[in-house]
Amino acid sequence: MSAVYIARNKEVAARKLGGEMMIMSGRDSTLFSLNQTATAIWQAADGVTPLAEIVTGKLCAEFDVDPAVALRDAEELVAGLEQHGILKVSNVPIVDAQ
Amino acid sequence: MIAVNAQDVVVEIGSMPILVHTTSPEFVEILEKRYGAYVNPTAKPVFEFELEIVSSASLSGALDPDEDLSVRFEQGQWVLERGDFHAELDSNLRHGRIRQTAAPYAIDAAFRIVHSLILAKQGGLLVHSASVVRNGRAFLFAGVSGAGKTTISRLAPADATLLTDEISYIRREGDGYIAFGTPFSGELAQHGDNVCAPLAAVYLLRQGPENRIDPVSEADAVRAVMESVLFFAHDTELVGHVFDSVCNLVQTVPVRRLTFVPDSRIWELIG
Repeated sequence: MSAVYIARNKEVAARKLGGEMMIMSGRDSTLFSLNQTATAIWQAADGVTPLAEIVTGKLCAEFDVDPAVALRDAEELVAGLEQHGILKVSNVPIVDAQ
Repeated sequence: MIAVNAQDVVVEIGSMPILVHTTSPEFVEILEKRYGAYVNPTAKPVFEFELEIVSSASLSGALDPDEDLSVRFEQGQWVLERGDFHAELDSNLRHGRIRQTAAPYAIDAAFRIVHSLILAKQGGLLVHSASVVRNGRAFLFAGVSGAGKTTISRLAPADATLLTDEISYIRREGDGYIAFGTPFSGELAQHGDNVCAPLAAVYLLRQGPENRIDPVSEADAVRAVMESVLFFAHDTELVGHVFDSVCNLVQTVPVRRLTFVPDSRIWELIG
């Protein structure tokens, strides 16, 4: 299975307020609120770190979850965030993410 | 610099003068009457409109007058259309053209959009809300239609000054925000006074069985204020500016939930 790379979409604005990550989509002006897991993924989405590494390095370390379960949940979450235009997802590193 | 001629009208709202040039002396009078204390012939305009008065039949592709305003971004210009007017404006060039009927309120929509576009880049906002000055401090009351914006404005004590019961105008200044009066009125059908004051609080209105003020989390405040901000979703950069401005606002100015019964005692809690 090939690696999955994720990057924050530059067309969204993000702010962490009172511990809650809020994301404003510039595409359709929808306001999203990320939970803790989604926030950790969002913050780690640098375009070059594989999702699996983010899961083991960030989520499992921070939230004490089973790696296989966490990866499956993260893949679903990432797919949802991609649908809303919040994240970009690719099978190769996203070099212009920074 | 934009030159002002004798036939022009300069309308200054929120310290942002906009020049309207029209060849119709009758419409100049209409504008001066419509905008009253907001007309400032000595102000230096930051945006200009060329306005042409036409018959409604000549507005090509005119929409149903009862339909909402249509706003779109095409080829670098904003295009605004309603049954009684058609406008194109370039916020970068600070110039626009309006073709409209002689209705005094048609140009309001164009003014609101120009102000929202320019303000967004300056950290300011137009908010669908009432605002009032009391004891030198401004208070903003936001809420969905029917939440009580006009009611709380009506209930304001005699020593309070109404800035607007419909569209509040706030601009970042130093470490805080200033609220300005606007000529954009709602059910009260009266101009706000052309004055300004530091914004002391934002209240999210809700009518209920008792008068009370409750805290609101920053995230909830952002969600609530965003729902009331006037802006247009077509420009990614603009959306980002507006979101940043709302976040800054809720981190700078106290935002509270104000539940009230519709009588004047609510003003004992405010300020």
